[in-house]
Amino acid sequence: MASALVNVPSKARKGAVIEIRTLMSHIMEPGYRRTAAGDLVPRDIITSFSCRFNGEEIFRADLFPAIAANPFLSFFTVATESGKFEFEWIGDNGFVANASATITVEA
Amino acid sequence: MRQMFDTSHLSRRHVLQFAGGAAICGALPVVTVRPASATPAMLASAIRDLVGEAPVKVGKVKLEIPPLVENGNTVPMTVSVDSPMTSDDHVKSIHVFNEKNPQPNIGNFHLGPRAGRAKVATRVRLADSQKVTAVARLSDGSFWSASVDVIVTLAACTEEVP
Repeated sequence: MASALVNVPSKARKGAVIEIRTLMSHIMEPGYRRTAAGDLVPRDIITSFSCRFNGEEIFRADLFPAIAANPFLSFFTVATESGKFEFEWIGDNGFVANASATITVEA
Repeated sequence: MRQMFDTSHLSRRHVLQFAGGAAICGALPVVTVRPASATPAMLASAIRDLVGEAPVKVGKVKLEIPPLVENGNTVPMTVSVDSPMTSDDHVKSIHVFNEKNPQPNIGNFHLGPRAGRAKVATRVRLADSQKVTAVARLSDGSFWSASVDVIVTLAACTEEVP
């Protein structure tokens, strides 16, 4: 079962630059490993991550097998107004996971 | 210590080192089939696919990655770009490449003036000691890069699945 950890400050001053950190539990099987019997283990990775704020995309990442298991991402945004961050991870084998976080922005 | 130089005699230390190495690599006698790894030429062509004919200048980009990595399976990496991040002058995207993993790409990160700060961090896999390169695309269409040489003692990606 997919589980996400999202770290967003609950409050910020208007105009402040805030850090957003996300962690998604996922094996990120690169597709290059073999079993002892010599069979290739098929690729199973998260290929795309996006973050929207009040519906507008503010950050997006394309991930490759070279991203470590349980992908961690940290990025920044400007606190403009109170609202909701929505996070989405999309991957192989129909993997989709979502998370959200709200922020209160004070003038 | 005299035994260390006597090649006809296996010291206890040698036996232990061998046993430790075998435990880390899985079953040592099995011939492992390694996938073809990316080459410096693939690194160059992956960057060329991104930038086209535009020149890539060295500078502005800061790539932070430990120079000596014990475990290539999870390597912390931070890329930051010196940019005011205004609507006129900002970083549009950051692309990270490697030289010797099976694939030259590590990740692409798309941001905009709304980011406030052009900085991303993640954890990557490195299959071998190699060069890692970050390229930033700026809003004026220019490309800037930084490269770091990393030494990896335990490689990722190619080990056997238990």
